[in-house]
Amino acid sequence: MPTLALPVLSPALPEILLACGAMALLLIGVFRGEGSARLVSWLAVALLIAVLVVSGLFGGERRIGFYGMFVTDAFAVFMKALVLIGSAVSIILSLHYNEEGRIARFEFPVLILLATTGMMVMVSANDLITLYLGLELQSLALYVVASFDRDSVRSTEAGLKYFVLGALASGLLLYGASLIYGFAGTTSFAVLGELFGGGAKPSAGLIIGLVLVAIGLAFKVSAVPFHMWTPDVYEGAPTPVTAFFSVAPKIAAIALFVRFLIEPFGGLMIEWRQIIVFLSVASMVLGAVAAIAQTNIKRLMAYSSIGHVGYALIGLAVASPAGIRGILVYMAIYLFMNLGTWAVILCMRQNGQMLEGIADLSGLGRTQPGLALALGIFMFALAGIPPTAGFFGKLYIFLAAIDAHLVGLAVIGVVTSVVGAFYYLRIVKVMYFDEPLGSFDRPIAAELKWVLVVAAGLTMFFILLPDPIVGGAEAAAASLFAR
Amino acid sequence: MSHWPLLSLVTFLPLVGAGFIMLARGDEAVVARNARNIALSTSLIVFALSIVLWIDFDPTTAAFQFVERARWITIGGVTISYHMGIDGISLFFVLLSTLLTVLCIAASWNSVHNQVGEYMVAFLVLETMMVGIFCALDFVLFYVFFEGVLVPMFLIIGVWGGTRRVYAAFKFFLFTLLGSVLSLLAILAVYFQTGSTDIEVALAHSFPADLQKWLFLAFFASFAVKVPMWPVHTWLPDAHVEAPTAGSVILAGVLLKMGGYGFVRFSLPMFPLASEYFTPMMFALSAIAVIYTSFVALAQTDMKKLIAYSSIAHMGFVTMGIFAVTSEAVQGAMIQMLSHGLVSAGLFLIVGVVYDRLHTRDIDRYGGLAERMPAYAFVFMCLMLASVGLPGTSGFVGEFLILLGTFRVSTLECFLAATALFLGAMYMLYLYRRVIFGTITREDLRGMLDLSPREKMVFAPLLILVLWMGVYPTSFLTPIRASVDNIVQRASAAQKVARAAASVIPAQAGTHLATAPQADQWVPAFAGNADRER
Repeated sequence: MPTLALPVLSPALPEILLACGAMALLLIGVFRGEGSARLVSWLAVALLIAVLVVSGLFGGERRIGFYGMFVTDAFAVFMKALVLIGSAVSIILSLHYNEEGRIARFEFPVLILLATTGMMVMVSANDLITLYLGLELQSLALYVVASFDRDSVRSTEAGLKYFVLGALASGLLLYGASLIYGFAGTTSFAVLGELFGGGAKPSAGLIIGLVLVAIGLAFKVSAVPFHMWTPDVYEGAPTPVTAFFSVAPKIAAIALFVRFLIEPFGGLMIEWRQIIVFLSVASMVLGAVAAIAQTNIKRLMAYSSIGHVGYALIGLAVASPAGIRGILVYMAIYLFMNLGTWAVILCMRQNGQMLEGIADLSGLGRTQPGLALALGIFMFALAGIPPTAGFFGKLYIFLAAIDAHLVGLAVIGVVTSVVGAFYYLRIVKVMYFDEPLGSFDRPIAAELKWVLVVAAGLTMFFILLPDPIVGGAEAAAASLFAR
Repeated sequence: MSHWPLLSLVTFLPLVGAGFIMLARGDEAVVARNARNIALSTSLIVFALSIVLWIDFDPTTAAFQFVERARWITIGGVTISYHMGIDGISLFFVLLSTLLTVLCIAASWNSVHNQVGEYMVAFLVLETMMVGIFCALDFVLFYVFFEGVLVPMFLIIGVWGGTRRVYAAFKFFLFTLLGSVLSLLAILAVYFQTGSTDIEVALAHSFPADLQKWLFLAFFASFAVKVPMWPVHTWLPDAHVEAPTAGSVILAGVLLKMGGYGFVRFSLPMFPLASEYFTPMMFALSAIAVIYTSFVALAQTDMKKLIAYSSIAHMGFVTMGIFAVTSEAVQGAMIQMLSHGLVSAGLFLIVGVVYDRLHTRDIDRYGGLAERMPAYAFVFMCLMLASVGLPGTSGFVGEFLILLGTFRVSTLECFLAATALFLGAMYMLYLYRRVIFGTITREDLRGMLDLSPREKMVFAPLLILVLWMGVYPTSFLTPIRASVDNIVQRASAAQKVARAAASVIPAQAGTHLATAPQADQWVPAFAGNADRER
């Protein structure tokens, strides 16, 4: 008579810690009342750092928990570290903004923590059920934070739009998952991997299921043609929330995408590679071309993030350890150059009002040279110009593409990066070549300044010591192919 | 001295100076004065250090000297190192960069008034990038410098440029970026061929013939834009005209040389078969550049634009010389690049002198300047004659060697290029006549002041070097010779091997009509590859 033994919980210790911490912070918030937003926010940051340390202490060895539904390995640790840093910095970025906009509530950091828990589960998913659990935990929290500025029409519209389209994508994904289960008879990544690693012919139903799940995930990473929600949600959501959207959920979804395609369906590479190639090319082209006409910097960053996902997907199309390493390095660099850019956008405040127009940056090089220098560094980095870190992100991606003889993809990549350079340069042009219109409010909030300095420093001086990130990415990528 | 990391000092010392300028605080006039002084002293120290490079340089070897190597990035067991070194090909380009930076900073002393600190920082960063390009012996390092140079130049054109500066800055940046990203892909392909990003390893590697053509084209995309060759030259007139005087000097003096340097350093030794295969194309494009742009120059009304077009023509000579692949022609191309670096830099400074006084570059607005500005007229004349290629000036040595070397390969090409000597004399003398000779008809020209002592100091080293190179070119040819000979010999040896192989294959296939030795004699130069592919 089998007894119900407690599942192996230890691989999920960071997630358990984070979930319990989030609940505790919720209680603290409730008991201390309205004025506790700043306290809860800083505690949330501390909690995220603690979880980062715990997850790092575990190291990169592969461990399975929850009857094989949950896995942690070097890949998971690397991606979780990026997600945790992204969430922590987003909370820090939100402090000043929320206080100024009178939306400083303790629920905000708690929601971010819950979303982060979901993302960590996504990164560690080893079963279709875990995949969906993590994804939905993340998405539900994100729908709420998108409309967190509930008195603003734009913010509520953004939240609603995100919810409707996100629910559709989740539905597609779930339907795909059920098809995979129906045709393969299992939801476990490990069993699926063994099944198709041995060269089993996939049935048409399974392929349809695979495509549907890929569509759902493409929606989550906002790859073209499933990107429609991105510009609107980015523009409407409160700026710190947009900053959060552009990094943590994207990184988690990319991680999930990579694990889902490489581990269970690595044997079906020929079936799904063309999908990824198409998503990648379409995202790079649209990200580069559509951003040219934008006048709102938040929309511009939305298209920029679409383009960057396209580059990251090149690495997935390659599907070799080198390709995955490229993705990991790219996402790490993308994380800090993007957070830095959003920190600058959060400094665009005149007489207490937030500004979002690119033209509002006119003459920033004269009025606030430090801020302009930082944004200049981030723009050159996003465009992939050496010696900034952004160049190395692209370098590792194209390295993998050339290695796999995907020369066409690499050529499209570099050409779109030249087109993309145009609109990043336009921001540099507005800042340095145009006459000043007026200066932004000073002083810049201390925590914003710190984020700016650290992000700009990392972007600029990555070239001096790239080994920690590149080496970590290398080990993480290898862990995915270890079996 | 050899224990000092001399190349790293020359490369990165300007950044230290730039750092000091950025730290300067106070009111605008003080910051500006400090920035000028710091920038000038930094660039002078760097120039002095680069002179040490020349003195300590061993001209007898083609090997790289002053080599520095340190581990930088490790990926997948392969190390990308910080690898620096110079040989005869790069030595004088380093010197040219450091010299022109000093002159640019001195020439901008009074002509730049706004954001002086940032201006000087941009020039010092530019110097680091330029020197780095010529010293880097690792492809990734090279590429970082090669593309990094665009950033300060973009800002220099865009912030301190003329009325159409935004258009010119974008055109410059995007044109050159498109070229360089394609060469990045080629660099990655080279890496997978050789298993290393080291340039020395790649130079010693022999690439498969089919791959050579693709890699050659990818590198060509990058270098041809930089040179610039017809028809991708259109960014140059815009960038030169809109850039501030010192920006044009660096553009013409050093940035164009990066293309020629790339062809000599990478395309010839790494892809000898492709170089041979594409020689007709390179010759055709060079001839078009030389003749077409000379005619275009003749029609210009803007002084800077005229000199910009003459630059394209002169660089057409250079690309022709490089792809003639004879020792004389390649040496001539090297000398021609150095000479053009000095002469066109001087000519842009000449335009800058009158532009500072009258704020126009329209040729029609001038005339009869000899009367009021005799020293100016003298300097202008020397530089103009050097540009025309008068014997005794540096221009003659370069053009003569190139024509000599090319004549052995293709008399037609040599003939076409030689017409440019005549056309060049036409547009330069015509320019000189309209600006300097005649009588002063406009009132505001009567008040023009002649060269100030500072301006004379700027022109003196240029004139001395132009004449030195013209009268006694051996000082410059000796360090270059060993490296150039090495490249030319290896390239022609590789081509000979390929030809021999190509002529053997039909013989083995049972062709009875021609015996192998005869075939070797009459197979035209470019048939080698075609035969082999068949």
